[in-house]
Amino acid sequence: MTQENVPARLPFTSVSAVAAPISQANVDTDQIIPGRFLSLPRQTMVPHLFRDQRYNDNGTPKPEFVLNRPEYAKAGILVAGRNFACGSSREMAVTVLVDNGFRAFIAPSFGDIFFSNCFQNGVLPIVLPEARVNDLLRFLLELPGAEIAVDLPSQTVKGPDGKTDHFTIDPFRKDCLLRGIDEIAMTFGYEADIKAFESKSITARV
Amino acid sequence: MAATAAPATMFEKIWRTHVVVDRPDGYTLLYVDRHLIHDGSYFAFQRLKGRGLKLRRPDLSFGTPDHYMPTDTRRKEDIANPDSKRMVTGLAINGAETGVTVFDIGDRRNGIVHVVGPEQGITQPGITLVCGDSHTSTHGAMGCLAFGIGQSEVMHVMATQCVWQKKPKTMRVDIDGALGFGVTGKDVILAIIAKIGAAGGTGHVLEYAGSGIRALSMEGRLTICNMSIEAGGRAGMIAPDDATYEYLAGKPYAPKGADWDTAMARWKALPTDSGATFDTEITLSGPSIAPMVTFGTSPEDAVPVTDAVPDPSTAADAVKREGLAQALRYMGVKPGTPITDIRIDRVFIGSCTNSRIEDLRAAAAVAKGRKAVVPSWIVPGSGIIKEQAEAEGLDKIFKDAGFEWRETGCSMCLGTNGEIGRPEERIASTSNRNFVGRQGKGVRTHLVSPAMAAAAAVTGHFADVRKLMA
Repeated sequence: MTQENVPARLPFTSVSAVAAPISQANVDTDQIIPGRFLSLPRQTMVPHLFRDQRYNDNGTPKPEFVLNRPEYAKAGILVAGRNFACGSSREMAVTVLVDNGFRAFIAPSFGDIFFSNCFQNGVLPIVLPEARVNDLLRFLLELPGAEIAVDLPSQTVKGPDGKTDHFTIDPFRKDCLLRGIDEIAMTFGYEADIKAFESKSITARV
Repeated sequence: MAATAAPATMFEKIWRTHVVVDRPDGYTLLYVDRHLIHDGSYFAFQRLKGRGLKLRRPDLSFGTPDHYMPTDTRRKEDIANPDSKRMVTGLAINGAETGVTVFDIGDRRNGIVHVVGPEQGITQPGITLVCGDSHTSTHGAMGCLAFGIGQSEVMHVMATQCVWQKKPKTMRVDIDGALGFGVTGKDVILAIIAKIGAAGGTGHVLEYAGSGIRALSMEGRLTICNMSIEAGGRAGMIAPDDATYEYLAGKPYAPKGADWDTAMARWKALPTDSGATFDTEITLSGPSIAPMVTFGTSPEDAVPVTDAVPDPSTAADAVKREGLAQALRYMGVKPGTPITDIRIDRVFIGSCTNSRIEDLRAAAAVAKGRKAVVPSWIVPGSGIIKEQAEAEGLDKIFKDAGFEWRETGCSMCLGTNGEIGRPEERIASTSNRNFVGRQGKGVRTHLVSPAMAAAAAVTGHFADVRKLMA
């Protein structure tokens, strides 16, 4: 018996939103949420997204930083350079982005753990070819406030230039997102398999 | 048993003995033999409790607070930040409630989670091990499959002792030939990352092999696997051999007596079979690796100490060019500057990368009879390492040389315990990440080995430790 129909969060189907460009490569999760804020409760962490890029020492916003520009106040998609959100496993890098309104991330590649953490929080990381991501970044920089449309069922991204790209996603991840499935409840459905494994495993004991 | 099984990698052998469920959609429910927990897992315990779920296998779970405890005290009541205090004290409380063994503050076994696992013999060849920390890749040096997970997955492991995974690709990194004098595991991994890039290992488990690896101590191997994540790798691993078994024998949680013999028979079958194939293979010449120093804000920005800061205009593409230029601006270094001309303000020797006894011995050998000219911290990886170093008189060497001898913890590697540098302060650090702001807002981090950090401490600038020790 499996229990694959236990929704834990809102399903993800599609999002059309202003897309914010962060063109650097290797933006790490320490930049997204610096270590000194990690012990804060989730709700009080929200204003510290990209804290050190966003604010001066005296706490005033840096007007040039992309998320401080008024065109991006309602941004819901982030387009980034290669190896986005690499580094530390801190899941707060996802949750602080989610709590700031982001629902999808587009980059040529992602840090592996951030990529997994996105699915745990019902948001979608999309890998597109680097040349296409660079095109999107250029459009977004030229047309601040432009929108991107992401559709999970059809696995497509429609750029501000009207061009549509197909992206790949593991069927397992897609299904979990579309149905808002909770993995723990789903795994409990395999209890008999886990028990059987434990009874024969040599290494699953101290 | 079929005698003609296809040649398999060590990764493949460990993976297939841990499959609970293989779904037709390519996802695998993998069993977790050991779950390591630190003070940052506080919220996972809260969420587990909030859902009314039980921790399934407390006997396979071990905790040690490391991220949030200051290293100038062992008294939890001294923690000034109430949020940090709650996380540190929470681990022992949650451990007591759930039955998880916790090596608490004050216990000599307390330390950095990735130091404690191998040191206690909890980390063993052939097992799967996870922890809510990216540097869990460290443990693979013992010949196991170990990787970092996020906090939701930590809660999933607490509840089910399993984790959903898509099978990663494999990469073999061959270090051909022994390392030169003064060259360490840290230099090897920085050289690898400089070669393949910070995303070079994305989606892969990296197996480090070759004569250069075989000649390394366990400490050196742990350092290399530790920074697999900085190469983008999911995990790093090294086949177990006599060095592994000697390290493990007699450790508190290692098998004993007949159990040891049974385990040994299993362990000896783990190494990658000849003829097994990897998705990617790369080779570096061991003897040509020099002591490395990072100059930028990604671990891939590493060069030999004998080199100079590169010129961004020579970078391969526009993204890399702009990234490098930005990194050099942040770091306050000019293209063409010899690495040995870069003056430093501070030294940090510690972290899950480089805080083990061999690291402290290497730093002490350089510090001995010299004087640190900048503030320099030594933060041992565990209480046991601290004791051992003191028994060997290393603490005295460090103190005589003007270094500060501190308690164990993650400390300045990431500053979650409040131990951070000042804006624009330039730090020679044995940790794993030179990210923007990692060691405090505006702090300029250069990654080096412990011996190179000590050399920087006593000269005030980066120095080729091979010359200093000649």
